[in-house]
Amino acid sequence: MTLRGIVGLLAAAVPGTASAGSFLEPAGPIASAQFSHFGVISALMLIVIVPMFVALPIVLYRYRRGGKGTYRPDWEFNWGLEVVIWGIPVALALALGMALWKHTLEYDPYRALGPEPLVVEVVALDWKFLFLYPEQGVATINLLALPEDRPVTLRLTSGTVMQSFIIPRLAGQIYAMAGMQTQLNLLASETGDFIGRNTQYNGLGFATQSFTTRVMSPDAFAGWAEATKAQPAALDAAGFAKLLSPSVVSEPVLYGRFTPGLFGQVMARFAPAMVQGHGQAGMAAPPAPHQGHHHMPEAGR
Amino acid sequence: MSLSERLHPGLNLAGTDPEGHEAAEEVLFGFWIFLMSDLVLFAVLFATYAAMSVQGIAGGPRPAEVFDLTAAFLETMLLLLSSFAFGFAMLEMKYRENRRRVLSWLLVTGVLGAAFVGMELHDYYVMITAHAAPPQASGFLSAYYLLTGTHALHVSSGLVWMAIMAVQVMVIGFSTPVKLRLMRLALFWHMLDVVWIGIFTFVYLFGVVS
Amino acid sequence: MNWELIFGQIKWNSFVFSGAIENPSLSEFIASGAGFIAVLGALAAVILLTVKGWWVPLWRDWLTSVDHKKVGIMYIAIALVMFARAVIEAALIRAQQLSAYDGGGFLSADHFGQLFSTHGTIMIFFVAMPFITGLMNYVMPLQIGARDVSFPLLNAISLMLTMAGAILIMVSLVVGQFSTGGWSAYPPFTGIEFSPGEGVDYWIWAVSLGSIGSTLTGLNFAVTIYKKRCPGMTLFRMPLFCWTTLCTSILMIFAMAPLTAATIMLALDRYAGFHFFTNGDGGNMMNYANLFWLFGHPEVYILILPAFGVWSEVVATFASKRIYGYTSLVYATMCIAVLSFAVWLHHFFTMGQSANVNAVFGIATMVIGVPTGVKVYDWLLTMVGGRIRFTTPMLFHINFLLTFILGGMTGVLLANPGVDFQVHNTLFLVAHFHNMIIPGVLFGMFAAVQFWFPKVFGFRLHEGLGRASFWCFAPGFLLAFFPLYWLGMMGATRRTYMWSDPSYLPWLALAMAGAALILAGFALMVAQIVVSVRRREQLAAPLGDPWDGRALEWSIPSPPPEWNFAVLPQVTARDPFYEAKKAGIAYRSPAAYEDIEVPRNTATAPLIGLFACAWAFALVWHIWWLVVVSFVLMWVVVIVRSFQTDTEETVPAATVKAANEAFLAAARAAPGVARDREMTSENRGRALPEGLEGRSGPVSSRAPVEVLP
Repeated sequence: MTLRGIVGLLAAAVPGTASAGSFLEPAGPIASAQFSHFGVISALMLIVIVPMFVALPIVLYRYRRGGKGTYRPDWEFNWGLEVVIWGIPVALALALGMALWKHTLEYDPYRALGPEPLVVEVVALDWKFLFLYPEQGVATINLLALPEDRPVTLRLTSGTVMQSFIIPRLAGQIYAMAGMQTQLNLLASETGDFIGRNTQYNGLGFATQSFTTRVMSPDAFAGWAEATKAQPAALDAAGFAKLLSPSVVSEPVLYGRFTPGLFGQVMARFAPAMVQGHGQAGMAAPPAPHQGHHHMPEAGR
Repeated sequence: MSLSERLHPGLNLAGTDPEGHEAAEEVLFGFWIFLMSDLVLFAVLFATYAAMSVQGIAGGPRPAEVFDLTAAFLETMLLLLSSFAFGFAMLEMKYRENRRRVLSWLLVTGVLGAAFVGMELHDYYVMITAHAAPPQASGFLSAYYLLTGTHALHVSSGLVWMAIMAVQVMVIGFSTPVKLRLMRLALFWHMLDVVWIGIFTFVYLFGVVS
Repeated sequence: MNWELIFGQIKWNSFVFSGAIENPSLSEFIASGAGFIAVLGALAAVILLTVKGWWVPLWRDWLTSVDHKKVGIMYIAIALVMFARAVIEAALIRAQQLSAYDGGGFLSADHFGQLFSTHGTIMIFFVAMPFITGLMNYVMPLQIGARDVSFPLLNAISLMLTMAGAILIMVSLVVGQFSTGGWSAYPPFTGIEFSPGEGVDYWIWAVSLGSIGSTLTGLNFAVTIYKKRCPGMTLFRMPLFCWTTLCTSILMIFAMAPLTAATIMLALDRYAGFHFFTNGDGGNMMNYANLFWLFGHPEVYILILPAFGVWSEVVATFASKRIYGYTSLVYATMCIAVLSFAVWLHHFFTMGQSANVNAVFGIATMVIGVPTGVKVYDWLLTMVGGRIRFTTPMLFHINFLLTFILGGMTGVLLANPGVDFQVHNTLFLVAHFHNMIIPGVLFGMFAAVQFWFPKVFGFRLHEGLGRASFWCFAPGFLLAFFPLYWLGMMGATRRTYMWSDPSYLPWLALAMAGAALILAGFALMVAQIVVSVRRREQLAAPLGDPWDGRALEWSIPSPPPEWNFAVLPQVTARDPFYEAKKAGIAYRSPAAYEDIEVPRNTATAPLIGLFACAWAFALVWHIWWLVVVSFVLMWVVVIVRSFQTDTEETVPAATVKAANEAFLAAARAAPGVARDREMTSENRGRALPEGLEGRSGPVSSRAPVEVLP
């Protein structure tokens, strides 16, 4: 934790840290864990880096031509040194590997962060994101409203090329791919507006493909959902088809309702046999509790 | 290094043509490496096929619906026999250097190889016309045509190579370079057999069973 | 006649200049300007060749040559020309990002997309690859005591295929657009549905040509090292550069095939409606990601291993000492080569596979850091007990040790899926791989140029300008890329042509300053070469050993004769030339000379390259008649060549003897120069070995020593 403190101090002192979208200022446990893992790994790596920065100048000075070091042109091996230069990296790799293993399994993006998560279905489009709220029955474009302190399960697919979805202050990236579903679990522990965006180049509108993640108190979120439900606009298959043409959406769009199962239909456009053939796949049902780790992003199942 | 130490995998010429044997070492070793990298290409195509024949059906026909095992078996026999014939051509080259016999065996090899390619083209024709299974129909079929097509293209270029070698045997005779080229063509031809056995097993047999 | 039948999809407005006329804007003017420079550059080259009457020598002595040394030089020439283009593109990218706060900037989004795609594609496939290939071509046969590579014609063909790919990319400056899909060209974005037009096709065919050329190179070098080592040169007596060449060659043999397969599949998707990587119909772009990185990760080591070899040679020579931990370095190199095939998935931790899979590949990636770390400390220990001279290559080496290890740290960070989730696709990643490739590979190649230039051309490069360029390059790199780490951590995404976060500005400004310094460094390097050519009399070192070298290449004249070694050397230890100098038996005459067979020059390779280039261009523009004609011609050339029997010529023993004895006599008579005078005009290439100055006066020529048993 002291290390995080140091990095945090550094972050505060250096221009640019006030930026809206960085895991340097985590607003949830996932991003926070990623940040501290970053610090732990950096600190461990100093074990091999510092000796080089210390030893190299000394060696260069001592053994420069005309320096004091003894010239031993045929010296080429020493078992003790050999054990050290192989041993330390091996030990370090072991330590780092264990940290990696633990962190990777613990913060698997597919692992739900608690019971009854809020499910939001995300459809990546050119150059905007569509968010479907099956529980609330509302949909938005480029606005991801979330309640504070409630686990969230994002289920992602793409209606176009592959994209990479990230909200840096809450959690890391996951790809959204057509005909397939990936998942990202996160939890917001602060209210506020956080930037999210696509990081995978997808054409002319790529640079501006970002959206607002608005984290509210649970009550405010319920209120927001009610207010959104009152919106006259509805999203059906025909309306979705219009969204497929590339466009940059500068202001969020709210839909009071959407055709149930739209997310499954989006996937089915690309993988009809798998989604229809195997039932439940991709339908707007809450995900089964996380079991095992066999979640290759395949269509449906 | 003495002659006996200069070993190379392939047809051993040490007993009949020491000079050719010595020259073969480097050239054949290089060709083995080429074959290895070619096999990596096939491995990649096999892996792609393995994935796509399961995930890439996309509502199109499944392997069992489009494959004709009888034709594939006959093709296997044709290709194996052609390799057998090539083996005889190489033995003739090693022990007798008899142009007429070598050319005859090469002709047998070539005819069998051409029959193989012809049958495969016929398979494609049947698949496209009778089963509505062109490569554009699904990912599985794309992978199937690419894998078998790459193999067929290899066999076809082997046939062209063989024709050129036949001309060189006639025009130049059994000079060391011509011998070495024939030895490499033989390796190439046998490798294509091995690849085909893989295709027959994993694409056809496995596809029909599953 | 039908226009489309003859010219395929080329239209008048395919030419870059039409954009500036139809839609005048700064972005279009820059594109047109680049096109003009390409055309003018080509014209200038044509005029120069005509005025100077160099067409015939160019064809006779260079393009048709199959000599590994000339092939190597031509590879490096390609690399430098392409580097000039790609580094200017890099500066444009930096300038755009600096000026693009909140929608400003001077480039259109499309132009910017083409810039980062060509920059990456060129830097990897047509700068780094030809650079290392050229260097291996030149140096490796000399170090193992061979007269050429195993298949000299194949070598020339590899070169010409690479050149064809490079020309194709240069043509894309003038005719049509390039891909905007980045150097990795991920589908489905690069599929025909989302990227219609010729751009991606340029990428596909340029990369495919380079990829096939590299496969053949790998094959050729591996066979050369296995079969053409001189008597006594066991594998464990080879210089480390040869070891890294061997490992790189093996990687090339295995790793290029997946790339070729991926580009063929992408082409089939685009040209024939196949469904390998399309959205829907059973296509799956995840297969592409696997295939591409199955090539792409070993590719990283294909590039870095030869540079590691260079560093090993440089540090031992300029510390005047044996390399520390030779065996250790060899095994570390082999570990890296093998492990490089086991980590490709770390390029897409974010694709949704299970945490177990990610963890396994993450740990494999960390494991690869172990042998790399060992190598870095081996180089440090090599300096212990040495007498270090701070020459330009050594400065690059010191800079490499310090910056590369930092790049290793960020690499280990990225190996953690949890960290990668945050910084993947950000400028942090961009900073990381530039941190490995610039101080590691690119500066390694620059150091190699400084180091081996006197061997290749017979005169040294101007040391002062070399240092000046180093003092621009090294800080330039730090300034250009360390801010990107921070920007990436702040969440700045790569490949964006504009920004809206004001806090990025100071960092982008620093990066721009760094890019300017790098450009200045490159300008100084060009100036260094020009000045050195002018002063070649003063800088001449024809006696072959300007740096007190250790391996066999320093024992022969500079530049080496066509046959490299008058008599194949007999090796009894590592660092054979150093040992010979130590024992006082360097520069002794061999007992007897023999006739030497060398391959004749042939038009085969340049013709294949020409037709391959025409073929690829025709494919890009769907000019089907040309596709057929050039493909057939390519193979006709091969077949015609196979009927030629008179492909070698003999250099008579007397000629070899005269040349070699003259060199040996000059070397023996030369006074020799101590290391503190090596940068003066006294250095004619005869070294007084460090630490042995007292012992080695002129070698007596009385008793010729038999070199061959």
